[in-house]
Amino acid sequence: MAKAHVTTTVNGDAVEFLCDAEQTLLDVLRDELYLTGSKEGCASGDCGACSVIADGRLVCACLMLGVEAEGLAIETIEGMADGDQLHPLQTKFLEHAALQCGVCTPGFLVAAKSLLERNPDPTEIEVRYWLAGNLCRCTGYDKIVRAVLDTAEEMRGG
Amino acid sequence: MRYEAPESVEGAVALLAGGGPRGRVLAGGTDLLVQLRAGMVAPELVVDIKRIAETRKIREADGKLVIGAAVSGAELGEHAVAKALWPGVVESTELIGSTQIQGRASLAGNLCNASPAADTVPALVAAAATCKIAGPNGVRRIPVEDVCTGPGQLSLGDGEFVVAFEFPKRPPRSADAYLRFIPRTEMDIAVVGAGVNLAFDDGGRCVAARVALGAVAPTVILVEEAGQALVGTTCDAAALQEMAAAASAACRPIDDKRGTVEYRTKVAGVLATRAAGIAAQRAKESR
Amino acid sequence: MAANSHGKTNGSTRWVGTRPVRPDGVDKVTGRARFGADVHLPNMLVGKVLRSPHAHARIHSIDTSAALALPGVKTVVTRDDFNDLPSEFVPAGEMLINYRDVVRNVMAREKALFEGHPVAAVAAVSEKVAREALARIKVDYEVLPHVLDVVEAMAPEAPLLHEDLITAGVEPAPTTPSNVAKVVEFKLGDVEAGFAEADIVIEREFSTQPVHQGYIEPHACIANYSEDGQAELWCTTQGHFVVRGHCAKLLGMDVSKLRVTASEIGGGFGGKTVVYLEPVALMLSRKSGQPVKMTMSREEVFQASGPAAGTRVWAKVGMTNAGRITAGEAVLKYQAGAFQGSPVQPGCMCAFAPYDLAHVKVVGYDVVVNRPKVAAYRAPGAPQSEFAVESIIDELAKRIGMDPVELRLKNAAKEGTKAAYGPTFGPVGLVETLEEAKAHDHYRTPLKPGQGRGVASGFWFNIGGETCATLNLGEDGTIALVAGTPDIGGSRASLCLQAAETLGVDVERIRPLIGDTSTLGYTFLTGGSRTAFASGMAVIEAARDMIRQLCERAAKIWDIPVDAVEWIDGEARPAGSNAGEFEPLSLADLARLAGKSGGPFVGRAQINAQGAGPSFGTHIVDVDVDRETGRVTIERYTVIQDAGKAVHPSYVEGQLQGGAVQGIGWALNEEYIYDDKGRLQNPGFLDYRIPVCSDVPMIDTVIVEVPNPTHPYGVRGVGETPIVPPMAAIANAVEGALGLRFTDLPMSPPRVLKALGDARVPKAA
Repeated sequence: MAKAHVTTTVNGDAVEFLCDAEQTLLDVLRDELYLTGSKEGCASGDCGACSVIADGRLVCACLMLGVEAEGLAIETIEGMADGDQLHPLQTKFLEHAALQCGVCTPGFLVAAKSLLERNPDPTEIEVRYWLAGNLCRCTGYDKIVRAVLDTAEEMRGG
Repeated sequence: MRYEAPESVEGAVALLAGGGPRGRVLAGGTDLLVQLRAGMVAPELVVDIKRIAETRKIREADGKLVIGAAVSGAELGEHAVAKALWPGVVESTELIGSTQIQGRASLAGNLCNASPAADTVPALVAAAATCKIAGPNGVRRIPVEDVCTGPGQLSLGDGEFVVAFEFPKRPPRSADAYLRFIPRTEMDIAVVGAGVNLAFDDGGRCVAARVALGAVAPTVILVEEAGQALVGTTCDAAALQEMAAAASAACRPIDDKRGTVEYRTKVAGVLATRAAGIAAQRAKESR
Repeated sequence: MAANSHGKTNGSTRWVGTRPVRPDGVDKVTGRARFGADVHLPNMLVGKVLRSPHAHARIHSIDTSAALALPGVKTVVTRDDFNDLPSEFVPAGEMLINYRDVVRNVMAREKALFEGHPVAAVAAVSEKVAREALARIKVDYEVLPHVLDVVEAMAPEAPLLHEDLITAGVEPAPTTPSNVAKVVEFKLGDVEAGFAEADIVIEREFSTQPVHQGYIEPHACIANYSEDGQAELWCTTQGHFVVRGHCAKLLGMDVSKLRVTASEIGGGFGGKTVVYLEPVALMLSRKSGQPVKMTMSREEVFQASGPAAGTRVWAKVGMTNAGRITAGEAVLKYQAGAFQGSPVQPGCMCAFAPYDLAHVKVVGYDVVVNRPKVAAYRAPGAPQSEFAVESIIDELAKRIGMDPVELRLKNAAKEGTKAAYGPTFGPVGLVETLEEAKAHDHYRTPLKPGQGRGVASGFWFNIGGETCATLNLGEDGTIALVAGTPDIGGSRASLCLQAAETLGVDVERIRPLIGDTSTLGYTFLTGGSRTAFASGMAVIEAARDMIRQLCERAAKIWDIPVDAVEWIDGEARPAGSNAGEFEPLSLADLARLAGKSGGPFVGRAQINAQGAGPSFGTHIVDVDVDRETGRVTIERYTVIQDAGKAVHPSYVEGQLQGGAVQGIGWALNEEYIYDDKGRLQNPGFLDYRIPVCSDVPMIDTVIVEVPNPTHPYGVRGVGETPIVPPMAAIANAVEGALGLRFTDLPMSPPRVLKALGDARVPKAA
């Protein structure tokens, strides 16, 4: 079976790639485009470490085929900072020590960004449920939730 | 594996009919991709139905709601009209997996994965929703409860696929609700699910009740005795207790990694009672 | 306030105890940090492992010819490629491993001993081809009866995993083999006499399920073996020097020919202290002549990497009516998995460690079963035995109507207490954590109706060990810090703070690096809560070495005796007016003058860190229980722990919070579910239920600081103790809510509902 040719947008840049129909978007990002910031923790949509935004929707890159990316706009952790300016969430995660090993961090950041774009003033419970698909085994979630709430407040101009 | 993304229902039917038994429909993909990765399925052809406009639309006309097969949980949850008409169906969809899963998972995928524990199915069955199915012989409509015939088994023929879900008109003073039990607060497959749809007369008596249970039998079951126990009552404590007993009595679950027979049987009654309470409250508020 | 001369602390610190942004932070929030699976090499192959589908089977033959015939398959390895190794125990974290078993765990030899046991591996041009190749390997198995349960495995008629396993620690030695690898015993005083003094004696049996460390990053590595017999290995590990040693042994290499680089590590918790893929990848690379990358799927992680031991624990505690504990006794039976070496010994040593007791006896059994070989998991062995003891302590307190914190205070181990396992404690902080608990708002806030509150304490030894560190002073006065302990949770920040404190320079001027095995002397792994302590000590020692050199240089420049120079606030100064009048020379000044004045400055330390301070903690938890579904909800949680000195308090808090939440998972939902063929039914995050964000509340923390006298800043390890108390604390809270004592973990909804139902049914007379 010949590989499929896919045209898409990744972090604002037009990107073309070839892939097998079986390859997931995560396989393509990591192994074809070398965007390894999205992590494979489970390959079954249970850990959220591969969270990306596809046409404005938060998804697990491991649960999309690469060929499904045709014509979509994909946003990954690599596109989160604006040049040398970190996104406020990235800064707050550092200030709050909201990461230990850091392997789940890209997924949490992408997911939290998607939350704050929809809901600039989430409650603690809303943050916790929105992020329930992102597993972290190091932090017990406390500092992550605080970092997201603090970012939301700052971005609201609080 | 070949991937196709037709833009019309006819195109999809033609592909599926030609693909033979090793063709699979791809909607949100949140079950299919897991099965592909695990080697549980090895289709020769995958037909992505998301580029067919009809599968992506939510429409309401004359109080009747139609939800496209590939509408994602997130899209449905943001649809105010759908939420107002069928809050139980919408909440059942929103319970599937994480926020990330919500971005992809669809009603049709949840139904056609044919798991007895599918969250949306008890809600759809309680709602008396109908599936619009397209196939080589045209379009047919069947009740949702007739789609799955066993774990992993569908009544759909070669080349057939679900295009949309159609809902009956909502009577006044009626509402639905769905509850499920999982060990954690999120991310688990339902150990038990209960969908309840109730309608009341203006005197507060229940005139119609449908109670459907998930994960307690090889397929989602519509428990007529449970519904009957509520009809003619005000859904008082005694009636709810009788309903719960009927719900538990109808369970034919298995012991597995997610729960025991004993546990599922007990909790089915508990959840049906709680869901009925929520549906009754919603119906009251809908006056 | 500045550090004193030569980095001795006077109690007040300028950098230690602050919360700067971690030096590796930006890489980790931008996706730039490279973890185990994030590297690609030119000409790289993909390696995949064929695993046994059987829990126990003799392997008669392995036919790889069809796999090798597949285009794109470069090589295959099986047991035939690895030399057998004699029995030799070596340390791996806080556990011991035996090379005879390591080579068998990496690749099955005579038998497959658990589902998921590697049987063969291939290297191919793509993942797809590699998978196809695995399907073509034919293995002739003779399926044997298997045993999963520790008590069943000890029975005389149990299927034998190892036909030559003779129980150690029993006199006279048994003449027939069994699944009991070892019996250990720890005794203090005379327990019979102790129980005779008691007014109340409670004995109970407890069980815990194996639980997985659950790191989010699966095991991954890339091996690149060169034709000249040298090799490079990149892998995610808690200890690359340990990986080097194990791999060199298994491949028959000189350690100097194998350079191992630790990638960023996505969690380990003890589970990344052993080798699985690494020797296989090296062998595939050696045979193929190409780099080979291997990663485990999540399913493989659950099937074949180390859980914590499942256990059966019997414990008995005697107490007077006044609340004085008179004796404690326990029998611990720990699953080792397929090969001997469960953490039953530390389990025995920790069981009664929080208490000052005259009479203690603990016996432990190390038992092999057809499950993956256990690996260290955060305070290995301690949570299981302390769960039992802390549950009984709570019951005793309730029996005499004494506050459980008060009862613990009455019996708490303190400085001078002789522990049952041997040593006499120096300064320790258990009493302080209990006092903090008593005074904490959480403990004083009334419960809501239906809720229960539980308390438990916990202990872990902490370790030191072989450690190297280097500080390289750059020409502009900034410093490269090289350590050998992989940074698993922010330790680079902690090491930089300790170096900054000692040198008296801004922490921003220090850039840390985890050196590979060829850039630094042998350094034991990140584990045993040793990194902030032992690598910290090494970094302090290296900083002092550099200060000595800097002072010597200043003395040379000023032409005064070296003992007339002192190092204060990051600069060399004449010591008093008698030394002469000279402008101080800062670190940057000396760095600039280095070349002209005698050469570069490199501070080095190679130490065997001794005197790790044990750490005690006390946890408070409130739970609510849904009486109709059996679901336990954690409503409030507080961790109080002695850190000695919190170098970077945010990361200390993080350890306390993370450990507590892992304990919540262990207590409530995590377990391995096997079918009757010994096949794991829940090898994924869907049904192996680790806590998710919405399952838990904020985790409050209180850091107590009782300095460890052997560390210049008082540091003691903090990483492991926090996982010890949660199981008992939660069981005690559930008992408070329901009046039902749970002795079996997890307290999952079906178990809780069943217990509630059984309690409602009056017992037949």
